[in-house]
Amino acid sequence: MEWSVIFAPDNLALFGNGIVITLWLLFASLAVGGVLALIFALLLTGPWAPLRWLVGAYTFVIRGTPLLIQVYLIYYGLGQLEWIQARWDAVWPWVYFKEPFFCALLAFSLNTAGYTAEMLAGAIRETSAGEIEAAHAYGMSRVQTMWRVVLPSAMRRTLPAYSNEVVMMLHATSLASAVPNMLDVTSAASRIYATYYLPFEAYLAAAAIYLTASFCLIGFFRFSEGRLLAYLAPRKH
Amino acid sequence: MQSYFWVILHGSLLTVGVSLLALLVSVLFGLAGAAAKLSGKPVLVGLATLYSTIIRGIPDLVLMLLVFYGGTIGINTLLEKMGSEATVDIDPFMAGVLTIGFIYGAYMTETFRGAILSIPKGQMEAAWAFGMSRFQTFIRITLPQMVRYALPGFTNNWLVLIKATALVSLIGLQEMTYLAKQASAATRSPFIFFMFTGALFLIYTSVSLFVLKKINARYSMGTKRGQL
Repeated sequence: MEWSVIFAPDNLALFGNGIVITLWLLFASLAVGGVLALIFALLLTGPWAPLRWLVGAYTFVIRGTPLLIQVYLIYYGLGQLEWIQARWDAVWPWVYFKEPFFCALLAFSLNTAGYTAEMLAGAIRETSAGEIEAAHAYGMSRVQTMWRVVLPSAMRRTLPAYSNEVVMMLHATSLASAVPNMLDVTSAASRIYATYYLPFEAYLAAAAIYLTASFCLIGFFRFSEGRLLAYLAPRKH
Repeated sequence: MQSYFWVILHGSLLTVGVSLLALLVSVLFGLAGAAAKLSGKPVLVGLATLYSTIIRGIPDLVLMLLVFYGGTIGINTLLEKMGSEATVDIDPFMAGVLTIGFIYGAYMTETFRGAILSIPKGQMEAAWAFGMSRFQTFIRITLPQMVRYALPGFTNNWLVLIKATALVSLIGLQEMTYLAKQASAATRSPFIFFMFTGALFLIYTSVSLFVLKKINARYSMGTKRGQL
């Protein structure tokens, strides 16, 4: 074991840079995916049947195929389409499809949106009928009931499942290393492995980084659950 | 062009093989882990907790690379120290099966532990009162009843496991994701090949879901469900 290699300034910088990229990918995809998931969940529980089927089909496909295929499809696959090829040199949103970071981010966001939408839709459906009836009795409209009563409670009840999804997403960002020119934590480890031929040290260091990040996220969610779901906890006295 | 589709279709057999073998390994690890966690012996409980916590905190891909690249060097160094001239190459198939099995064993541990805890304690006590050994109790009483409680979690784990097999392509196993990538590099039409592979995965997960639903219906026969 030659741990000194990992702690050489250059390699530490490589890992440091990797951590920044990984966290960026994680939080950006969670933000974009979260907004999409909210819209999808509302459509899934909404009154328009065609939209319900459409979003249902979307989550079915996203949840039934590996993320790696989705990343490949967006990064390699879309470039084959002539429609994109004609645009990605100059026309505004399409120029981003040449950038690996954007492609990875898009794939991760669409992926997490599919999973989160189903969780949130489940929580919305399970809101107890009494709460909704009470809101109607107060004269709230459908939108008001959704906004003031159902969503705040459904989003809180999704928290335990969502914390799993966030940790899964952290692990999923390691797939960014399958895209060339991405330097996340896993790619940093692979590069150190390739340079020094030290697989144990390189990948164990990466594993330790992910483990620490996972524990921090889990700790954060435990804390938030204690605060936001306190009213659902069993009585202690 | 057409022959590539056949090659990928053929590669799907390897995907099925890897996933089923990995499932077998993960069930064994899961049962061992659950048994250790419920044994009440501090050392075993500690080891099992360490296993399920650490494995679930590290990405599959990193563990796979660690086992595949690290394992090869580790075994060869060991052989060298033992004075052997032979060198061993870890086969991506075995590395994939063992790593995926080992990782999902950690998830299965939690699923099985929860399932065993859901069985009323009186069932096991009755079996002991009949003079059955621990093993007999497990096979005759606990196992058939825990299937029902374990199936929802098991279904989830299985679906995630199927999708994890795509990662084995990154350590060079020629399953369908790997072949799709090769085909797209050769023909410069990645879109169609990745769509095809994605569709195959979708079929695989849908069929599994359908079969597991049937099994679930069979094992929940006669259970009363509360009516709201």
